[in-house]
Amino acid sequence: MVATENPAARGAKGSPVSAIVFDHVSREFERDGTSFPALSDVSFTVQDREFVAIVGPSGCGKTTCLRMAAGLEFPTAGTVTVGSRPVTAPGPDRAVVFQQFALFPWKTVHENIDFGLRSKSLPEKARRERIAAAVAMMGLQGYESAFPHQLSGGMQQRVAIARSYVLEPDVLLMDEPFGALDAQTRVVMQEELIKLARVNPRTVLFITHAVEEAVYLADRVVVMTRRPGRIREIVDVLPVRRAERWDRFDRSEEVMDQESFVHLRTRIWRLLRGEQQPEGTVSSSTGGSAS
Amino acid sequence: MAQGLTLRDPTAPLPFARWLALTVAGFLAFFAVWWAAAASGLAPPQFLPSPGAVAAQFVELTHTPFVGYTLQQHLASSFGRFALGFGLAAAIGIPLGLMMGWFRALDAIVTPLFDALRFVAPIAWVPFAALWFGTGIGGPVMVIFSGAFPPCVINAYRGARFVEPRFIEAAETLGASNWRMITEVLLPSAVPSIVAGLRVSAGLGWQSLVGAELIVASSGIGYLLVRGQANISTSIVMSGMIAIGLVGFAIDIALRLVERRINRQRGR
Repeated sequence: MVATENPAARGAKGSPVSAIVFDHVSREFERDGTSFPALSDVSFTVQDREFVAIVGPSGCGKTTCLRMAAGLEFPTAGTVTVGSRPVTAPGPDRAVVFQQFALFPWKTVHENIDFGLRSKSLPEKARRERIAAAVAMMGLQGYESAFPHQLSGGMQQRVAIARSYVLEPDVLLMDEPFGALDAQTRVVMQEELIKLARVNPRTVLFITHAVEEAVYLADRVVVMTRRPGRIREIVDVLPVRRAERWDRFDRSEEVMDQESFVHLRTRIWRLLRGEQQPEGTVSSSTGGSAS
Repeated sequence: MAQGLTLRDPTAPLPFARWLALTVAGFLAFFAVWWAAAASGLAPPQFLPSPGAVAAQFVELTHTPFVGYTLQQHLASSFGRFALGFGLAAAIGIPLGLMMGWFRALDAIVTPLFDALRFVAPIAWVPFAALWFGTGIGGPVMVIFSGAFPPCVINAYRGARFVEPRFIEAAETLGASNWRMITEVLLPSAVPSIVAGLRVSAGLGWQSLVGAELIVASSGIGYLLVRGQANISTSIVMSGMIAIGLVGFAIDIALRLVERRINRQRGR
């Protein structure tokens, strides 16, 4: 059953300032002259300041969804709108954090964070202040003049997140941002991201193949299946998080120990498995390593 | 059974001492064959001077002026023209190549035209260079330019086209203008390719020199060659050839050092 969330978000009411709306979106790819569908009739909405994660197996089109919201790819049918405007090009109102960080290797940490800010016509002083704030927020003090290759993967991803946050974008698009990190660093980054999202809420679309990560971070989880990519179900996490007061825990493993958490996680795994053939190897842990 | 039989990998890197010994052996063999051919008397000395005669001539040219200048002065005047032609080629070719790599329309306009023109050897431009820019400094510089220009354009273009897409996408999502995309993303990613292109470019530019100086009246290493030929002094011609080779080799080594330093600075 495809749950189409709140089509009213596109209306005048309810302040759709930075909602992301996928409206009957399909995407086909051409290969050797034949086209095959990557996404088929996907409709869902990320409400203003909502954190939505998409989980699904490789090739289910979840990254394609994010790239269409970013304006890096376009639907073959249907429309993607952000803040009630159809997406026609990439832009700094929709910051993207890529899996492979995509920091500019020839620029220092400071210059990387400054890159997007310089596109805005801000006075020098305001820019400096914002960079300093982003650096402090991500714990990057003292690394401003380092080059990306001198930093660990976790630190590089902090820079990438700072580079996005410093723009104070309405919308944050994160494409498996922790997929390339080792398990410990990944947990730390997840904990920091959820704190950040509480202090400084944004409309977030978060792509991952790690079910636990999705349940831990997101208000809602869009479960996708492949060939072609479709929405299988949208799982509400926020009511459970609020009712069970997950926020009282500092550490992710404590949250993940909660019965309510385990229950949601298992439900999403069943949804994913229901579609996948037994070949789909399933790891029981935090989502395993990046494939 | 196969004991004592060591299999050598012919592609394995050689130890330095071995490499040096083989390199020296190559030069010695070359001079030995040259010397033997000259000493055999099969060719008269005007046609093939001995290595010793050329060496003596070379040394003499460094202190006795020939057609007005010493060998060093000829080289210096050539080098000045080369630097100008090569510098112009880099200054125009690199920005043009980068822009061709970014703006598809410019790519469509320029690339096919450029691909056709670049096969015209620099020396073919000599008559036009003389007509358009004169035989003073302009003509030779244009000929050198025509040799040095294509590698600058091609390598900047390729460097720009093969930038990792994720850098371009990141810059786009961060709102970069075309100007910033070219100067802050394409240019720095293309640096290794551009520097490799500059090496080829310098080599071709320096090679075009002799052709360029065919139309110069007064000085230069190419001019020395032409006048040596007119005087039927093969040892002067050969001295000039050796000087061209040595300076070309030095230019290449200098650029190779620059290339290595840049690549090392960029880390991985």
